Amino acid sequence: MEQLHIAELVEKYLKSELNPEEKAQFEELRKSNPEVDQTVVEYHFFLEEMERYGQVRRFKSNLYDTHHTLQENADIKDLQLKTGAKIINLWSKYRRVVAVAASIAGITALFISGMVSLFSPNAPIRDLEELRRKVSNLEKQSTKQITEFNKIKTKIEPGADVKFGGTSFMVDPNGFLVTSAHVLKGAVKVYVQNVEGKDFLAEVVHKDLESDIALLKINDADFSATTSLPYGFSRKKTDLSEPVFTLGFPKDEIVYNEGYLSAQTGLEGDTMSCQITITANPGNSGGPVFNKNGEVIGILNARQASAKGVVFATKSKNIYRLVESLKETEKDLNIRMKETSALKGSNRSTQVKKVQDHIYMVKVVLG
Amino acid sequence: MRGINTSKVAITEQEKEVFRSIGNNKKGAIEAVYKENYSLIQHFIISNNGTEDDARDVFQEAMMVLYEKSRSPEFELTCQIRTYLYSVCRRLWLKKLQYSRRIETQVENYDKVVAVEEDLEQHEKLTQQYLTMRTAMGKIGEPCKSLIEAFYVHRKNMHEIASFFGYTNADNAKNQKYKCLVRLKKLFFAQYKNN
Repeated sequence: MEQLHIAELVEKYLKSELNPEEKAQFEELRKSNPEVDQTVVEYHFFLEEMERYGQVRRFKSNLYDTHHTLQENADIKDLQLKTGAKIINLWSKYRRVVAVAASIAGITALFISGMVSLFSPNAPIRDLEELRRKVSNLEKQSTKQITEFNKIKTKIEPGADVKFGGTSFMVDPNGFLVTSAHVLKGAVKVYVQNVEGKDFLAEVVHKDLESDIALLKINDADFSATTSLPYGFSRKKTDLSEPVFTLGFPKDEIVYNEGYLSAQTGLEGDTMSCQITITANPGNSGGPVFNKNGEVIGILNARQASAKGVVFATKSKNIYRLVESLKETEKDLNIRMKETSALKGSNRSTQVKKVQDHIYMVKVVLG
Repeated sequence: MRGINTSKVAITEQEKEVFRSIGNNKKGAIEAVYKENYSLIQHFIISNNGTEDDARDVFQEAMMVLYEKSRSPEFELTCQIRTYLYSVCRRLWLKKLQYSRRIETQVENYDKVVAVEEDLEQHEKLTQQYLTMRTAMGKIGEPCKSLIEAFYVHRKNMHEIASFFGYTNADNAKNQKYKCLVRLKKLFFAQYKNN
């Protein structure tokens, strides 16, 4: 007897979904065939374990959520030890010095990045300065040529049924991206394309039906990881009316849009998402929603758009949740998400400039 | 804690109801118990060489034990939930301290303590079984993992699963699910025999 059929029968049997006739037949089969009986016993045990696994996972996820809700509402707080720990004392003593040092470092960094953007080849009027930076400029040009070359030589095999699904963005600089799960519908292969037009092959690590989030990993020799992401992921509630912006690929190039948070919940009071008033098109699905500090507060989920300009976004704490629950089953999963954003206080165009390299178009090859 | 009745405390009906609801994974009950007991455990762990993360881990494991006990038909609650949780956390933490030999295990008491040895042995066994399935799930790969999780963890029905994973109909999704189950079963028993 086929294994598939046995699995189905046993499951129905355990859930008392067999009608009396089927049940009698099933019991007869077990009696007459010891081999089948053995398989049934195995499945029985296995399916019970499966059920229990599901229950435990649901309970754990409830615990996890409860902890975060209570923390958010300040019902539970971190305790700080007043005595003992020397490092804490040192910290409070030198906090001001550290702050001053940090701001000097910050200003210097801003200054340097300002200089760099001033002298970068994007500003062709400054011919003189460009001459001075001849070497690095040449280098830049050659990478630019490589990029152009890659643009022409796309990796996707000709004739493949390609759909331009949506947008995705990095959660970890080692090539982990998130997007909306519905973007990947029907995908056999997934490619992501960066702002420079370069394609990378990506694999689907996980798709979560509950939160509509999918995790992708770039699995491509041409991809080189960056050291860190400029933005962080907010765990906090975003206030109503807080301005937000998004970047995405509703067309073949990256598009910027801004709006504001218009409701704390999504469609029909769904607490996992929030409502945003912004201009967004289907290709924006899966794109990040940033607040003014450059922290990701959610993932755009344009599919539920019913009224003009109103879209829903899955809150970013769901990304934390997904990653946490994945670590449950995959201990080697090396994803580190950070809360702090390096973009706080920068003006919008600087923020966008730094962020856009980590946003990718999702191209789905259909089967 | 069976058979230990040193401190006769009357358990209110309300307390029993909360205990039952924990076993049914009721959000309200979990939140109430969490809110009421977390800070006690947090104080206990942190004043005994633990960190915030330790406090959370130990507390959540104790909640897991509470959940198992609530689901077990032969267990009867004979002390307050608070006392039970504290006793479990204390035992778990002492064990961990002994294991890592961080300090001599002399900790001050924050509350009454009941015996939980047997319950923790049982808990260890259940955890082992859970981990066996977890390892098998970690090995199965996509799309099976997501599909099985959608069904057994998130309790989605076959229609939802079919449209989400792009199968033409619920029957196709169901077939795929059973194919995945057959594979998972193999991995599960391979792992099971290993332990």
